[in-house]
Amino acid sequence: MRLTISADAIRLAIPALSLTMLLAAVFWLQPRAMSYVGLNLLFNLAVPIALATIAQMLIMAVNDLDLSMGTFVSFVACVTATFLRDAPMIGALILAGVVMVYAVLGVVIHLRNLPSIVVSLGMSFVWAGLAVLLLPAPGGQAPDWVRALMTMKPPFAPMAIVVSVAIAAAAHLLVMRSSLGVLIRGVGGNERSVERAGWSVLAARAAAYGLAGFFAVLAGIALVGLTTSADANIALRYTLLSIAGVILGGGEFIGGRVSPVGAVIGALTLTLAGSFLSFLRISPDWQIGAQGAILIIVLALRLLLNRVEKREKGR
Amino acid sequence: MPRGAVGPRGEFSWSKPTSMTGDKPKAIVEVADAKVSFGAVKALDGVTLAIRPGECVGLVGHNGAGKSTIVSVINGGLTPHQGSISADGDILAHYGINAARERGVRCVFQELSLCPNLTVVENTRILHRHLGGFGWRKRAKEVIERSLDAVFPGHGIASDRSVGELSIAERQMVEIAMAFSDAGVAPRLVILDEPTSSLDASLAEQMLTYVRHFVAAGGSVILISHILNEILSTASRIVVMKDGRIVADRPAADWTDQSLVEAMGSVVKGEAHRRATRDLAAAPVVIEQGGRGMPFRAKRGEIVGLAGLAGHGQTRMLMKLHAAKTSDWLPRRDLAVTFVAGDRRLNGVFELWSILKNLSIGSLGDLAKRGVVNAAAEAERGADWKRRIDIRTQDLANRILSLSGGNQQKVLFARALSTRAPVVLMDDPMRGVDVGTKQEVYEIVRQQAAGGRTFVWYSTEMEEVCLCDRVYVFREGAIVAELAGGAVTEENILAASFRGAEA
Repeated sequence: MRLTISADAIRLAIPALSLTMLLAAVFWLQPRAMSYVGLNLLFNLAVPIALATIAQMLIMAVNDLDLSMGTFVSFVACVTATFLRDAPMIGALILAGVVMVYAVLGVVIHLRNLPSIVVSLGMSFVWAGLAVLLLPAPGGQAPDWVRALMTMKPPFAPMAIVVSVAIAAAAHLLVMRSSLGVLIRGVGGNERSVERAGWSVLAARAAAYGLAGFFAVLAGIALVGLTTSADANIALRYTLLSIAGVILGGGEFIGGRVSPVGAVIGALTLTLAGSFLSFLRISPDWQIGAQGAILIIVLALRLLLNRVEKREKGR
Repeated sequence: MPRGAVGPRGEFSWSKPTSMTGDKPKAIVEVADAKVSFGAVKALDGVTLAIRPGECVGLVGHNGAGKSTIVSVINGGLTPHQGSISADGDILAHYGINAARERGVRCVFQELSLCPNLTVVENTRILHRHLGGFGWRKRAKEVIERSLDAVFPGHGIASDRSVGELSIAERQMVEIAMAFSDAGVAPRLVILDEPTSSLDASLAEQMLTYVRHFVAAGGSVILISHILNEILSTASRIVVMKDGRIVADRPAADWTDQSLVEAMGSVVKGEAHRRATRDLAAAPVVIEQGGRGMPFRAKRGEIVGLAGLAGHGQTRMLMKLHAAKTSDWLPRRDLAVTFVAGDRRLNGVFELWSILKNLSIGSLGDLAKRGVVNAAAEAERGADWKRRIDIRTQDLANRILSLSGGNQQKVLFARALSTRAPVVLMDDPMRGVDVGTKQEVYEIVRQQAAGGRTFVWYSTEMEEVCLCDRVYVFREGAIVAELAGGAVTEENILAASFRGAEA
């Protein structure tokens, strides 16, 4: 084996590096964050974002984009805080049903050759409407087991870190190691070649959408576990956060180039960027702009590295 | 030299047992009287072709001869509109990709058909559907590495690298090895469509040696290549296609470069269409471009043809010419070049716009005053062009898609010609256009050229190339021949497009 750093490793190095630098900066500003409780507080909101990012990543792996992620996670949160607590059976059925709806969306998008952006934008209004019907005003309550799960205190490392690592590992196994994952990424890379090998691209796309729905459902449940109650607009930011997380983690909009580990790191980085800016005492009015600036810097860095890589290859 | 005893008319006289499959020498795949048409174009016009075990069939023909179409029919990607397909002696009603793969039919396509974002091992997994289950990575790695080692000994390709990171030659090597790899279903018929286009001579020789071994062991291969030497030295029989038909089918030993080139040419010559040669020696050069091979140069009022097999750098040359004469940032007030797209759907028409809007978009600058389009002038210009090139529609306000393909193409021509650009670049614009429209457009081009416009015309159709004053023939990304005046003949173009014995 020759010792070459693969492009994938470089891809992953940048988000990891940005996270480390951001973390170092936070610790320098606020040394007390360097503790079990501190780390948990810094990162616990990253868990639902990481799950939503994985969901978005699965959709992006087949060259599509889901603009309904935020409203869908909000809707799931509302279901969790109402049905899943009061009537667990019906709640579970509803959640299983909406995962199916996601798979069906994949089928429709593929069969009718529709732009996923348009379909998911339309669906975002459907989910938002359903969420408002369920919880017209903020309320509901998290099921106890969800609450217990999200507030557990594992030894050695705080819950947020343990769960993030578990999510990354599970998504990596599913997307990068399994046959199904290869097939899904293959559809993103070269749909015709997958078709010529005799696979059903339709089934692959449906599977990608179904899995994305599943991860998004987990994101909604995890979110309610942290906030204890729900609201129809609770996760609207997730649409853009999840896309940013995938891109930050080394994924690309087209070509089936995605990295689950990178996506989780991207979600952690985005969450941390918010805390970092608070520690800097930047007023919340400026935080969104500053968060955007961090995104631009990281992406510029990647563009630069891509260029270097290309130049080396062209030689 | 081709091996084996080959009887007359491609009958393969069987001499050794097929140890590999245990079959009698029945055809692995036999296509009988296949007809395929795309709109007005007959891609296959009654082709009968049988591939028997233990033979390597060379398939040659110029652009549009139907090579790719017959390949698609054999590999199950395309169902012929008429005709039957049988495999191992049985006529199959439902022949598709999966049926073909189960019978060991594999294909290496001309364009890259691997997933660039996946590793070599993962691509192997995609290709071999039955490789799944726990530990498939290890199995796939073994399968592809065994095949790579067999076809290209000493290849040095690590199977855990992603295909996008490999060089073009390495990708092609992987693709070829992939087709010959065996994971459960052994390859019996491998179709190689221009397999050596990115390989250097020694790698090409390794591959051809492997093909000969494979064929000697009872496998069969269909080999398509523009390098006639490869075909002559490897194939056991050679099939020549022209205009969707098989025009000759003889043992390889009976062919020479010369006779192959002659067979690919058409019998009837379109000499009647030839224009009188004009003396352009004094005309100024309006556009030129260096590069690998011979330099490109076009004079004022000249029609310059770009010929050769499709995908050998003609479109790239047009792009280069366009890029050299346009600015990256601000549009120029006076266009130096204009472009007529070949793929109408992809980069030609605005599907949702009216015919008039599609026509005037190229020259809106001339039609506008202080940034506002003068609707009257636009309508007038539209009506003028409608009359001049006879766009068949009631109303220019109709949607562009209401027109036939040929008339859409005329609108695209009008868009380019209504600008003031002195040079028109054409990227095979007459693909799939009916004969009547073609004649009309030829006439317009001729008139405009006489008026001092320069045309650079890439065409895959011999008839059009022969209309040009001067022709550059492309091969492997470079200009390899320049033909002028009386030398612009089908024979000369074919001879230059296919690499013969000089290689």
